[in-house]
Amino acid sequence: MDQLDKDIINTLQYDFPVCEHPFAELAKTLNSTEDELINRVQAMLDSGLLTRFGPMYNAVNMGGALSLCAMKVPEDQFDKVTEQVNAFAEVAHNYQRNHEMNMWFVLATETQQDLINTLDAIEKNTGISVYNMPKEKEFFVGLHFKA
Amino acid sequence: MNQETENNSDNDELDRQIVLATQSGLPVVAEPYRKIAEQLNITTQLLMDRLNTMKQDNRIRRIGVVPNHYKLGYTANGMSVWDVDDAIINEVGEQLGKLDMVTHCYQRPRFLPEWSYNLFAMVHGHNREEVLDKVEQIAILLGDRARKHDILFSTKILKKTGLRLKNKG
Repeated sequence: MDQLDKDIINTLQYDFPVCEHPFAELAKTLNSTEDELINRVQAMLDSGLLTRFGPMYNAVNMGGALSLCAMKVPEDQFDKVTEQVNAFAEVAHNYQRNHEMNMWFVLATETQQDLINTLDAIEKNTGISVYNMPKEKEFFVGLHFKA
Repeated sequence: MNQETENNSDNDELDRQIVLATQSGLPVVAEPYRKIAEQLNITTQLLMDRLNTMKQDNRIRRIGVVPNHYKLGYTANGMSVWDVDDAIINEVGEQLGKLDMVTHCYQRPRFLPEWSYNLFAMVHGHNREEVLDKVEQIAILLGDRARKHDILFSTKILKKTGLRLKNKG
């Protein structure tokens, strides 16, 4: 990763222009060329340094539902419950965390009703209560990752 | 009136097609929007107009890249959780969001008595000590405005597929 890669990461985390030739537009500010920027972005996607290039959609504003959910899973059932929870396509991420509430997952569904139904199904399949913690307010976050 | 309603529902369907065509990413080519517009059989200008509209009403947060923060050296993250009086949560949440170590900051419901935390802030660092240190700095900054706090480190990624809109076809 050289300075141009870092500049690309730091600039493109904020905004990729919407215009006919966006890479050519960016090349002006990044002191590079259209071809060079295209090659660099593709190379960083290929190497896994970038995980995504494109629009970031806001699921809730698209009419969908999103929630952070937590469960207290007994140690001896952890693997089984992980399998049961992960089997739901609506579970987007799932993390084990070092707390009595040791399983934290994000549910993403197209409607609020789908979300409730999925929560019910997870409780039924696992026999464990789910703490449903949808965001009530999102606070502005200014900075992204500095490369 | 009818015309307007029809236009809105046309836009809804078009926007849905645009989401489906771009949710896994844009093509890395000189004219990415033209390529997507061709796939959808619409003009590039219409696609760009719809994307700008979705940016304006915040259905699109932004268009850009997402770096793998692990590969940038930010290998540790902790979910810091805070018990803040509801009356001052806006002020505290906005203050936390401005800190350069915090990438997400949300108010969420409490579950009393076992879960009294209503403010969640994801804190990143190059290692666990750095995250702990940053959370300590936040605690000092908040002083008695935070009644208590905790930090939950992830010990294992159990699933990570990202969000996908299903194609109803």
